[in-house]
Amino acid sequence: MDIGDAGKPDAGRRRDFAPWNDPAARALVRFKGVTKRFSGITAVDDVSLDIHTREFFALLGPSGCGKTTLLRLLAGFETPDAGRILLDGEDLADMPPHRRPVNMMFQSYALFPHLSVAGNVAFGLKQEGLVREEISARVAEMLALVRLDGMGSRKPYQLSGGQRQRVALARALVKRPKVFLLDEPLAALDKKLRQDTQFELMELQEKLDVTFVIVTHDQEEAMTVADRIAVMDHGRLVQVATPPEIYEQPNSRWVAQFVGDVNLIEGRVVASTPGEMLIEAKAGGRLKVASVSGLSAGDAVCIALRPEKLRIEPVKAGSRGGDNSFEGKVWDIGYLGDVSIYKVRLDNGLVMQAAVANMTRMVERPIGWNDRVTLTFAPQAGVVLTR
Amino acid sequence: MKRGLSIFNVASLALGLAFLYLPIVILVIFSFNASRLVTVWGGWSTRWYAELLHDAAMLDAAWVSLRLALLSATTATILGTLAALALTRVARFRGRLLFSAMVYAPLVMPEVISGLALLLLFVAAEFDRGFWTTAVAHTTLTMCFVAIIVQSRLIGFDRSLEEAAMDLGCPPLRTFFTITLPLIAPAIASGWMLAFALSLDDLVIASFTTGPGATTLPIRIYSEVRLGVKPEINAICTIMIAAVTVAVIIASLLSKRRIAASAGEGTPGAAI
Ligand SMILES: Nc1ncnc2c1ncn2[C@@H]1O[C@H](COP(=O)(O)OP(=O)(O)OP(=O)(O)O)[C@@H](O)[C@H]1O
Ligand SMILES: [Mg+2]
Repeated sequence: MDIGDAGKPDAGRRRDFAPWNDPAARALVRFKGVTKRFSGITAVDDVSLDIHTREFFALLGPSGCGKTTLLRLLAGFETPDAGRILLDGEDLADMPPHRRPVNMMFQSYALFPHLSVAGNVAFGLKQEGLVREEISARVAEMLALVRLDGMGSRKPYQLSGGQRQRVALARALVKRPKVFLLDEPLAALDKKLRQDTQFELMELQEKLDVTFVIVTHDQEEAMTVADRIAVMDHGRLVQVATPPEIYEQPNSRWVAQFVGDVNLIEGRVVASTPGEMLIEAKAGGRLKVASVSGLSAGDAVCIALRPEKLRIEPVKAGSRGGDNSFEGKVWDIGYLGDVSIYKVRLDNGLVMQAAVANMTRMVERPIGWNDRVTLTFAPQAGVVLTR
Repeated sequence: MKRGLSIFNVASLALGLAFLYLPIVILVIFSFNASRLVTVWGGWSTRWYAELLHDAAMLDAAWVSLRLALLSATTATILGTLAALALTRVARFRGRLLFSAMVYAPLVMPEVISGLALLLLFVAAEFDRGFWTTAVAHTTLTMCFVAIIVQSRLIGFDRSLEEAAMDLGCPPLRTFFTITLPLIAPAIASGWMLAFALSLDDLVIASFTTGPGATTLPIRIYSEVRLGVKPEINAICTIMIAAVTVAVIIASLLSKRRIAASAGEGTPGAAI
């Protein structure tokens, strides 16, 4: 573990980091058909998942979808009703939590209130029976890494929320786990601190070369920190992919709606050529999108359009809208600072959202309430969903 | 708007406190009375305290009571803590409700009935009544108080602390001793103090369960008072009041500290 002169994260290494695409790569953590039920409800439902060494992996999903349960299964606090969990090729079934080379940062931090900061961080090392000198050296090193030097003798209740969070981080990481589990580590922090801490977490992960599995229900957080995201719903994995894939290529209506804002247009394939596909929208109008294999005329599909991929313009007199062009009336505008959101009621009845980056300092918007506008988008912008 | 105490509030507070503590204050004052007559004030003196030192029967009884309180409070604390752990930690076992009802029954059971029942038990089992039977009786009586105090602490206890310890490589039993026990220790200590005080001043149960060899202090005092109140009695009672007061104050200080410590835990409901 080289901490002293590691410097900035090595961006080059990250760029090529994609062991999940390498069929020869051996996963560090393997969930194989894992199911966990609690009196009646299935918290984790037949989950199969590979997590690779040095990966920063995020579990994303709405409240109650089983994210914490999945982490606790890996940490050993719950036993699966079906399926197996392997770590480094070894079945964890008979290994109690205190023997697993996995450490967890709890949602409530769970700092020991009767121990000092240094005592908390040293706790795990003492269990390993290390000599006193090594323990204090590693504790000091770890406290410096999370910028808590000089606070070793304080008690947890004498710390701010952000400091407590870093003690919890240090306490688990000082054990040099094979896998580090974080259960909503930033949920209790305010937005600014949360964003700073996200980058610190990424930096820590680069420095320590530990595999991180983070649970969150904040999709921006997952997109920021993770190499790959598993989107969960009702105990099932819905999609496992990199953040750009999840956002640009969601595999279902549910994922498209859960991650970011989206306009969904239901329709039916009219014609499919190798290059382009023509879709007839249910509400009326035709759309052209990049074609998808395996679909033929008559199939029901849904086109997902991200708001920022729509162009919004005042209607020009005389121009007649072609494909991928819809006319409507602005019925709401949301000014968010960096972008403005325009809600447009189309003539066919659909309501669409378009996001426009505010690139100049404009006080008067060129498009106002009740203006007639045209929405257009490129054929590659639409994602064809069948689920 | 918030104002200071009104005259009415002060008066009712004073009346209430006087009602509670006037008899005790009079007893304490008269223990320092120089006169042999309990009702006549003869100036300040500590002679009855000195005289106590020569009252072998009274000292014997005090010694019995002290040993009894130490022993029964300690056993009751261990058993009460185990009962509290079973009630809060063991996942729904059969007969849990019955068990918890049985643990708490002595709280509401009239002492005369508990005493009588224990007496019948000891007679039926042909135990010689004396110190040990009273110790058993006091343990059963005070155990439920310990169980209640410790249980209320365990209910507010953040289980993730124990999970965190195990996650960091600490085996379950060691987790209990290094994490759980230190954190519930104040509750256990206040349970012990309460059990100690309850045992020290119990008259009813002890008079059912004790035998000739082991007269406790309250029994001794009671039997002397029947022959007339002597100033020594006032002195010994003052000492007992002091002992119990100290025990109760320590117990409440311990629970204050517990609340202060858990305020930093960040777990709502931890402070009971
Ligand atoms: N010990 C338990 N006993 C019974 N049901 C449980 C238990 N733990 C979790 N559950 C249930 O399992 C489901 C998944 O819970 P889990 O805590 O994994 O959700 P989560 O995704 O972490 O949610 P959140 O984002 O709110 O933390 C929930 O419906 C929850 O009620
Ligand atoms: Mg959770």
